[in-house]
Amino acid sequence: MMGTIDFIVALISAAVLNGAPLMFGTSGEILTQKSGNMNLGVEGLMFMGGAFGLLGAFAYGNAAGDSASGVVAVLISLLCSFAAGVAGALIFSFLTITLRANQNVTGLALTIFGTGAGQFVGELMRIRVGGNVAISNELKLAFSGSPFPAALQNIPVVGPLLFSYNVFVYLGVIMIIVMHRFLNKTRKGLYLRAVGESPATADAAGINVTRYRYIATVLGGGISAIGGMVYTMTIAGTVWNHTGLSGEGWVAVALVIFCLWKPINSLWGSVLFGALLILYIRLPIPFLPTQIYKVVPYIFTALVLIMVSIRQRREDQPPAALGTAYFREDR
Amino acid sequence: MHEKTPLIRLSKREDMPKRRIWLIRLGAFVVALLLGMIVFWIAGANPLEAYESIVVAALGKKTGIRQVVRNAVPLLGTALALAPCFKMRYWNIGAEGQITMGAVAAAFFAINCKTMPSLPLLLLMGLGSIVFGALWSLIPAFFKSRWGTNETLFTLMMNYIAIGIAAWLIGGPWEGKKGSQIIPVFRDEAVLPKVFGVHIGWIIVLVITVLMFIYMRYTKHGYEIAVLGESENTARYAGMSVGKIIMRTAALSGGICGLVGFMIASGAHGTLYANVAGGAGFTAITVCWLAQLNPFAMIVISLLLAVLTRGSSTLQTSMGIPASITDIITGIILLCMLGCEFFINYKMHFRKSSGKEAA
Repeated sequence: MMGTIDFIVALISAAVLNGAPLMFGTSGEILTQKSGNMNLGVEGLMFMGGAFGLLGAFAYGNAAGDSASGVVAVLISLLCSFAAGVAGALIFSFLTITLRANQNVTGLALTIFGTGAGQFVGELMRIRVGGNVAISNELKLAFSGSPFPAALQNIPVVGPLLFSYNVFVYLGVIMIIVMHRFLNKTRKGLYLRAVGESPATADAAGINVTRYRYIATVLGGGISAIGGMVYTMTIAGTVWNHTGLSGEGWVAVALVIFCLWKPINSLWGSVLFGALLILYIRLPIPFLPTQIYKVVPYIFTALVLIMVSIRQRREDQPPAALGTAYFREDR
Repeated sequence: MHEKTPLIRLSKREDMPKRRIWLIRLGAFVVALLLGMIVFWIAGANPLEAYESIVVAALGKKTGIRQVVRNAVPLLGTALALAPCFKMRYWNIGAEGQITMGAVAAAFFAINCKTMPSLPLLLLMGLGSIVFGALWSLIPAFFKSRWGTNETLFTLMMNYIAIGIAAWLIGGPWEGKKGSQIIPVFRDEAVLPKVFGVHIGWIIVLVITVLMFIYMRYTKHGYEIAVLGESENTARYAGMSVGKIIMRTAALSGGICGLVGFMIASGAHGTLYANVAGGAGFTAITVCWLAQLNPFAMIVISLLLAVLTRGSSTLQTSMGIPASITDIITGIILLCMLGCEFFINYKMHFRKSSGKEAA
């Protein structure tokens, strides 16, 4: 009995840990898509966030030497990854909002550019250092350790389930709740949703469509990129790994659909997908090959997509203007 | 407060002379190359030397040119496959998966038909890949036409499911030596013959280029696709069966993607890998769009990207620049070319200076 509980506790904590990057990646993309912009460049943004987040922590660790503080390193990493995401999302916004380029194609081009840029920075660091990019153990702990005192963490069952995670998990939860309140309880959130549902109507009501789309997409891109940093600095163990991040961004896009464009759903959605990403190791099912097990999140997402379109419940639908550019003179 | 006239006003235009259009695109390409120089400079390399080395490595020797053509075949083939879908405003971004399923079908026949002579075997593999690619593409198309399921997201999901299936087959039922996680190389009869040193796929895609041009421009199907792309309601009022057109076009697209998968597996690799498509399905989307869905322009753009890929693959060894710079440069070029279309499609009117235009 005790063994089962331990197993379940371990499984849930591992799921939360693996879901943390998705929390950021997904909620950032939800914010973006709520404005009617479908940014398929999440994969690229997360790569950039991962590489630049690592670069920031590494450069700071080198510069500060022994006096390096873990909190500062975390803040620098957060800032670097966010800035990288903002830069990438700005390119996307400029092309799709101002220059009205096709969103799907621009997003894919951004993915090509972003994965390249991430790999480039990661490899360049490795070449310059001449080996693996290493960060001191104290700094590593600041990223992967829990911010709570050991006494809380050691409470049986509750400790590991509530207090054992790295700081980004708690940050992610707070951010998602804030985003949920913003979208559903504030006037600006309502405006943003209006822009994503019907930009022409929003425009007629005096809402600045361009500004809302820009801000949502750029902020969303920055948040998504933080997810990449969280992946590199916690799950990948602060090492730039050749293939480590590949696919994470696409899982995040899948999760956006799975969550039906509601940030609050991404709280449990990312834990579920985090579990699905590792379940094949922890809980092998006889006769289910691992390769198929690994694509279960995508199968789930496809099924959700089908069900949503068949049931046609209005509150479950994608933002109506998703993927289309807005041109006022276009009628 | 009274409203001021905005500084820049926009209007659509369709009257730009052909020469201006191509000048703008050329300009965007030059801008992209200049931006790329910054990246080389960051990497600590002489940008001009790097560009020279790319061109020499890609076009200087016969082996380089062959590799360029080999790289261009899947890009061109897939871009052609996507053209009718995009014309119809059906966002098939599932080419990656359709290529994979085509390759899976080809591998199935290559592995199981142990005694068949070459020609019927290759025909069977090709046919099988077309059918499989088409069926894989029909799944999202069916739901799109029946319930309006978002095809962009559905086809995207289908990519990963297809790759998962291929990975399972390679690591499980079709595995060669136990534990090797790869399947054996196809026997010689199942490998596409070569013409001028490159597998015959390049001739096939050139034929498809011409056929696709004719299909899109001169056939009833092509006309229906164009009307549906402009307005679904118009198509309905004109008595077209919208669902049928969507499914037919998606199947055609998936079929050609499947054939591309067959050409990669049988021609380029000689076996089946799980990442047989290798991103071609995604890159081809940008190729198709940049070519404005024009089949002949796709030849130019896919060759250009292939030169870039081949040329910069040698940079790592010759100049110590990470190979990922290829993706950065490709990305920059794509983004610049996407942006420049704005100056072709829209006219800018500045306040006061009426009549003047900026391009």
